[in-house]
Amino acid sequence: MLTKRIIPCLDVKDGRVVKGVHFKNLRDAGSPVELAQVYNEQGADELVFLDISASHEGRKTMVKVVEATADQIFIPLTVGGGISEVEDIRLILKAGADKVAINTAGIKNPDILSGGARRFGNQCIVSAIDARRVYENRENRYVIETSRGKCWFEVYIYGGREPTGIDAVEWAKRVEKLGAGEILLTSMDADGTKDGFDIELTRTISEAVNIPVIASGGAGELEHFYEAFAFARADAALAASIFHYHEYTVGEIKRYLNEKGIPVRL
Amino acid sequence: MRIAIVDYGMGNLRSVYRAFEYAGAKPVITSSVEEIEASDALILPGVGAFEDAMANLLPLREVIIDSARKKPILGICLGLQLFFSESEESRLGENGLGIIKGKVVRLPENLKIPHIGWNSIEIKKKSRILEGIKHGGYFYFVHSYYAVPQEDVVVATTDYSVDVPAILEKDSVFATQFHPEKSGKAGLRIIKNFVEIVRE
Repeated sequence: MLTKRIIPCLDVKDGRVVKGVHFKNLRDAGSPVELAQVYNEQGADELVFLDISASHEGRKTMVKVVEATADQIFIPLTVGGGISEVEDIRLILKAGADKVAINTAGIKNPDILSGGARRFGNQCIVSAIDARRVYENRENRYVIETSRGKCWFEVYIYGGREPTGIDAVEWAKRVEKLGAGEILLTSMDADGTKDGFDIELTRTISEAVNIPVIASGGAGELEHFYEAFAFARADAALAASIFHYHEYTVGEIKRYLNEKGIPVRL
Repeated sequence: MRIAIVDYGMGNLRSVYRAFEYAGAKPVITSSVEEIEASDALILPGVGAFEDAMANLLPLREVIIDSARKKPILGICLGLQLFFSESEESRLGENGLGIIKGKVVRLPENLKIPHIGWNSIEIKKKSRILEGIKHGGYFYFVHSYYAVPQEDVVVATTDYSVDVPAILEKDSVFATQFHPEKSGKAGLRIIKNFVEIVRE
């Protein structure tokens, strides 16, 4: 039986793992290779490295980090952040990553999604979508009923700083057509709250497309993972701080899910 | 022992190389007919599309078909699919390697495609490639098409609403639909088993 995946995410800046709240007050948290190894031992199903380096040099360092990690850890590795052209995809995959997560560049230039999928296969292309709830009506938006009223979901880019006016449901359907093999869906409302994943957002997107959806943003308790799989129909769940701050190990989450009847790889 | 990883411009050769190194082998990555002929075993890795792969593989087609009759060969993911003569993914008709009889078809459209993630295998037959692997063991799959063999070659299957052949064996030909190089300890064990088969 296909299992639900638990995916720790590491923020990497200039070759080091950093942790902070919303990219602020960053603290050095160690070597990406070592932390990747720790999560691998805990039973992580995949790993995501998010490159938050601002400089060209920092991104070059990322290639080295990917090489060092992929040489030692034999589970799938996705790299996101700063990928703006097909050549960036090629370099990251050549270094040993299995997938790239593309966010802003996909909105600015959808050809990178279709071109990347054609050249490297759609299993390599993860479309990262950052979405936020909007409770005011606008025409031609996919509106859902929530406990807090009617809303639609707006796509944000540039690390959540810039709204696009684009409907996340429509965009999700579009990236599937363009050739993305998966969607990494981050709720900006839930991100950093530890109140749980945005179930309504995740379920809406998961039902709108026929490719796997990774839920992200808001994980704080064991139940949140259960909700993401049982109620939001996510195929995988991604989290960062819950792991970095040793609140739960990947193994603890998976054993909990197993007891609740969610299929996981133990 | 010379294990050649066939480089035809498709796929994560670095990960495959490192996984074999980890399993105690010293493989070479090559696209040379001579090196492939001189090797003791072949790995046909692959991610991407069937049609592109066959186009890239054209210069090596004969040497791979010939090698498959003589020495151990392991096809991984798309590499498994290339062993068949035709795929629904390709518009070019029967242009596969034709090493195993049957065809490659698309997963049913009511499922999420690609089939991505860790899925358990059901062992159908005893095989040296499964040494130390348990019934129900998990492996990492990522594919949109699957093989329908017309020969009795299926060693293990995985359940994705349809029975997907996960491991195939025919004489010295082995193939996995999953990525052993991305399947953690269980995957490394499969690679080690293949290396042992080559050693014998």
